[in-house]
Parts: sequence; structure tokens; C-alpha cells
Amino acid sequence: MALSTEESGRLAALLGGQAERVTTRWTEIVTSSLRGRLSQAELRRQVEDLHRAIVATGQHGEIDLASENAAELRAALTELSRGRARQGFSATETTISIFALKDVLAELVQEAGGATALHDFVAFSKLVDEMGLFTFESFVRTRESLIADQAEQLLELSTPVVKLWEGVVAVPLVGTLDSARAQVVMERLLQTLVDTGSPYAIIDITGVPAVDTQVAQHILKTVVAARLMGADCIISGIRPQIAQTIVALGIEFGDIATKASLADALRHVLRLSGVETARRQPRRGV
Amino acid sequence: MTAGIDLGQPQAQSVRSDEDVVRVRQLVRAVAVAVKLSLVDQTKVVTAASELARNTLVYGGGGSVEVTTVDNGRRKGVRIVFADSGPGIADLNLAMTDGYTSGGGLGLGLSGSRRLVDEFEIETSPETGTRITVTKWSR
Repeated sequence: MALSTEESGRLAALLGGQAERVTTRWTEIVTSSLRGRLSQAELRRQVEDLHRAIVATGQHGEIDLASENAAELRAALTELSRGRARQGFSATETTISIFALKDVLAELVQEAGGATALHDFVAFSKLVDEMGLFTFESFVRTRESLIADQAEQLLELSTPVVKLWEGVVAVPLVGTLDSARAQVVMERLLQTLVDTGSPYAIIDITGVPAVDTQVAQHILKTVVAARLMGADCIISGIRPQIAQTIVALGIEFGDIATKASLADALRHVLRLSGVETARRQPRRGV
Repeated sequence: MTAGIDLGQPQAQSVRSDEDVVRVRQLVRAVAVAVKLSLVDQTKVVTAASELARNTLVYGGGGSVEVTTVDNGRRKGVRIVFADSGPGIADLNLAMTDGYTSGGGLGLGLSGSRRLVDEFEIETSPETGTRITVTKWSR
């Protein structure tokens, strides 16, 4: 796959000889495909970086993307694809920046002519393909790491522990409660119980679409752990369809208090802790 | 999710990870909504699918799930087949007992799922693995 020393030399000479023209033409082709989503100056800078890296690598001898020699070229390609991935460009829009070089090379080789023209173009073309694939790979890697980051952020975001009242904290669960999230929820809740010295915790499952035995087991474990720390747990947000499903499955919540809504649970807890809630008399004679 | 569902065709989903269990759940819910199951029945069949898909993953070592719509002329329903090529279930009667588990669960998945659906068939052997077919009819 690698370009031989002679081929590399010819490539470097071809691209390096008319640097200004090559980068301008290259930028032009890429600009038309990106439809103005990237500024001309920025694009030109990226193209110039790539151009410089290719020429520098070619002058040093054979161009092999996997070799030590091509480290600078690989870095330039990685930087380009990483930037594009973070800016939300598609894979096609990213790799086309590399493949555009083929058009430029075709024009240059044709002009230069000579006996080795066809042979050279095929070899250059292979190199460009290889660079394109490398860019694509690193684009995907960047995207994957973005997704992993987001999944982690989601895990953090979706499990807040909120203080509802003096001595009452609540965990509103939303979405799927898998083992990883259940672990996060439990840790957060227990830590908050310690930090706030709350004797009551409410776990609200209004936002959990399906309560199966695994979810139930996670909730039960959390409740038991909270109890060991001396806090009382109430489960709220049990909708009619969830209640019927739990009964059919045969899950028993034992002596754990459960309520249909978070409001009911809060009222229950306030009553337990001796806070009186009364409706104020409507004002008369106004 | 519901947009791409062709009800005439069986929908297949492989089960290899926890995320796949979530996908099975979403698929079953989409089909259950499409055949107009009531909210309670939707929740029941989705929960049963969640249990059985997790069993496929945990005890069967992964497998596949196929969701089809069925129509007996009077009612429509959802049929789900869970298949794995795991070690099979050694003692079916024991496995179907409430509270028995060979893993670390509550021991209600298999027996509870049977109560959540209308039809429940199970074939198991050490050679061919386990195949569970459940059906939930609309009312």
C-alpha cells in the first residue's frame, strides 16, 4: 500500500511545486461539498496543514501511513476528522475533504504527462484512499467517545436527589433502571441521607416505563440499604398498570409504604414527622 | 420507533447485552401499541418480554427474540418467541416455582411472566437450548 521512495518524491514535487495552486483548488472542491458550513479561512488552514504534511513526508522518503515517518501526516488527518466530528459534520463531509485531493492530483498528473503518469496516478490514488479510510476510522472513534461521554453524562443527569422538605429527600427515577443506574441512585441517595441527616426518603417511579423483577429488586435493595442507615423509604408514583403488573408478577413490597403519587407520599411523610398541613380558610367578605 | 414497524413481518432482535433487552422492550411496546392492546396489557406484555429477554441473556447466554402480530379472526395479539442455545432448564417444574432462582434474582421472572400473558409455551433441552413462546391477546 505504501508509496515507494521514487513515487513519494514525484508526489512531493508535484504537490510542492505549485503549493498555492494546489491548496486553492483543493479548498474550492471541498467548499462546494460543505455548502458554507465551515469558513473558507478555516478550511484553507486545514488543507494547508495536510498539504504541508504530505509534502514533508514525501520528501523524507516513502509514504506509508503506518510508518514512523508519517506521524505528522497522521496527526493532521486525526486533527481534521476530530474537529469535523465534534462540529457535527457527517462522515461523507469529512472524508470528502481528503478525497478531493484525488481531483486535484488528476489535473496535475494530466498536465505533467510523461511515461509514468498513469502508474503514478494509480499509486497516488491508493494513498488518498488510505488517507480517507484513516480519516474515517478516526472520525468514528471520535464519535464513539462522544457517545460514551454523553451516556455517562446522562447517567449523572438522570438521577438527582432532591430535598422536598426538612428531613425529606426524594429520588425521581426516569427511564430504564439498569444495574449501573441503580448503583448510582443508591450511592447518591445514601450519601444524601448522611449529608442532610434526613429520616425520610421517597423513591418516585412515575417515570419508569416498566417495573420488572430486576427493577423491583434494585428498588428493594435501595430501600433496605436506606433502612439500615435508619431512614424510612416510601415508594411513590405507582400507576394503575404498574400496580397490576407487579401483582401479576408476584412481587411483594412487604411492609414498605407505597403511594400512587409523590404528593401522597409527601403528605404521608409530613404526617409521620408531625407536620400539620391544613387548608387555609378562604377569606370572606372581600 | 413505531414509524419503521411493518406489522405483516416478524420483527427480530438479537439479545447480546443489556441494551438489547431495552430494545426488545421498545420493540414489543411498539407492536403492542400497533395492535391496540390496552395500557395495562401493554405494560404486562412489555414487562414479560423484559423478564424473558433478560433470562435469555443471563441464563441462555444470549439468543434472539422474534415479535409477530397474530390474528385469530376475532382478536389481535402479539406473539413473542425467545430462543437461546444455552444449557436448557434442568428442572422445569422447579424453575416455574415462585421464588426459586438459580441466579441472584427474585425468582419470579419465569413464573411471573406466565401470569402476565395469555399463552405460554416452553420447550427446553440441553441440546437445543430453550425456546419460549408467549402470546397476549387484545380484549
